[in-house]
Amino acid sequence: MSEKVLMKGNEAIAEAAIRAGCRHYFGYPITPQTEVAAYMAKRMPKIGGTFLQAESEIAAINMIYGVASAGLRAMTSSSSPGVSLKQEGISYLAGSDLPALILNVQRGGPGLGGIQPSQSDYFQATKGGGHGDYHLIVIAPASVQEMADLTAKAFDLSDKYLIPAMILADGTMGQMMEPVVLPEPVEYKPNKPWAVTGTKGVREHNIVNSLYLVPEELERKNLERFERYKLVEENEVMYEEYMMEDAEYCIVAFGIAARVAKNAITAARAKGVKVGMIRPITLWPFPKKAIAAAAEKVKAFVSVELSMGQMIEDIKLAEECLRPVVLCSRVGGMIPAPEEILKTLDELIGGNN
Amino acid sequence: MDTRIRRVTLFAGHYGSGKTNIAVNYAQMLRAGGRQVVIADLDIVNPYFRTKDSTELLESEGIQIISSEFANSNVDLPALPSELYGAVENRSRYAVLDIGGDDRGAYALGRFAPYILEENDYEMVFVANFCRPLTRRAEEALEVMREIETAGGIGFTAIVNNTNLGRETTAETVLESVHEAGRLSELSGLPVLFTSAEDRVARYLKLPDVFPMTLQKRYFDIN
Repeated sequence: MSEKVLMKGNEAIAEAAIRAGCRHYFGYPITPQTEVAAYMAKRMPKIGGTFLQAESEIAAINMIYGVASAGLRAMTSSSSPGVSLKQEGISYLAGSDLPALILNVQRGGPGLGGIQPSQSDYFQATKGGGHGDYHLIVIAPASVQEMADLTAKAFDLSDKYLIPAMILADGTMGQMMEPVVLPEPVEYKPNKPWAVTGTKGVREHNIVNSLYLVPEELERKNLERFERYKLVEENEVMYEEYMMEDAEYCIVAFGIAARVAKNAITAARAKGVKVGMIRPITLWPFPKKAIAAAAEKVKAFVSVELSMGQMIEDIKLAEECLRPVVLCSRVGGMIPAPEEILKTLDELIGGNN
Repeated sequence: MDTRIRRVTLFAGHYGSGKTNIAVNYAQMLRAGGRQVVIADLDIVNPYFRTKDSTELLESEGIQIISSEFANSNVDLPALPSELYGAVENRSRYAVLDIGGDDRGAYALGRFAPYILEENDYEMVFVANFCRPLTRRAEEALEVMREIETAGGIGFTAIVNNTNLGRETTAETVLESVHEAGRLSELSGLPVLFTSAEDRVARYLKLPDVFPMTLQKRYFDIN
């Protein structure tokens, strides 16, 4: 048999997490990410891992806190409304400097919204969501293969910087089936001297905590954390540049929107329009330098999103309003068609001449 | 393949094995043979890919389609349509039933199993895709078969080999799976009814009983 298998994005991420050494998954079912839990329920008992369907999303995120405190790789997953419920726990993970992986397979909102794909949790994922000054490392895959490849990467970055990581996918990424080559399994050996693993009477006890009642101490904690954030921004930005060499217009899109945008670029290029794309793979840290560099040579940007326009703010901040940035979006579970992106480009070019 | 057509044909299997595509194409094949056909979607598990996606096409060919009134309506409600009893009980028409994935998807079948067993003119088909990660081997597929039989209340009577890698499927992909399909046939004691593949692949398959299919278009069939 070939080494490729046919998987849903939700399954690929679950299998990739297991292969990255995750043996603890806690979740609660919600469309369109239920296959993650279903897959974990089948696999974890066979490999000595823990699958637990928690009584709620809130319980699940706090179980993650527990496993992460013990120095092991832990993961939870949900879709938009469920991820809102997890926000308190995510803030606590960030405040306790715990590595963990949270998957959000986004659906349309706000409120209960719908069950079809969306990218409208961009603000929630990249600007906080929970309380306090913090960031998550936010990674946006654009194929089932990337769902598999970026899962281990998310765990590794989270471990390295002690920052919780989020994979921000959407309903299409979770549900679509594509051939995938799974990463080789690693034997995970945690090197976490801070973890609460039992003192065995031979060392001082470790404390994992987010409560600092002395303001000087809490300020110091925050400043130290932001030093680490600076390192992440300097070293861990990931993005793809597509046909940008001679581009006069730059589409910025991630996830499913980037897949649609590639089709639009092919069609636009056939008509002689020089358009390219910057596809952020990390949404935080955002590829600010790449956007700023593109601003020096392109005439305008198009932000393609499945939201009312969230990432567009980060594009404007990155290029410091040097060029116009227009939005092409569908919301509520709708996906923009390549033709809609072409129409936005046409209007932009018309207005620019 | 016309040697073995039953009044009720049920397609069940691991989710993502391709049940819906086979069910739709099978219903079209029955209809092309001049039969009265009804296709019913019993999948209350998967809200994204449903038989209902092909409604217009099937109705234009004179195939009656029964699916949850909530399917594709963004209402995440696992409800079965009320006309389903008609499809099972009206013996003047051929019925093709698309069962939800895995044992969870097959629970809904339990409600109709007694009628189907009583009439005893059915084919309960296990759809196998050996490129799916949890059913790579015949033993694993057999495990899923047993779980579905327990949940659905009907034993399988045949196997369909629908091994595929989506758009990357080649004739080789299918041919490499023939051995494993044979092993599943041995382990379960059930015949391989046919090997299904989309048209562009099926034409290169030199196998007995190949079932060529036109795949349903999905809204994110993009590069």
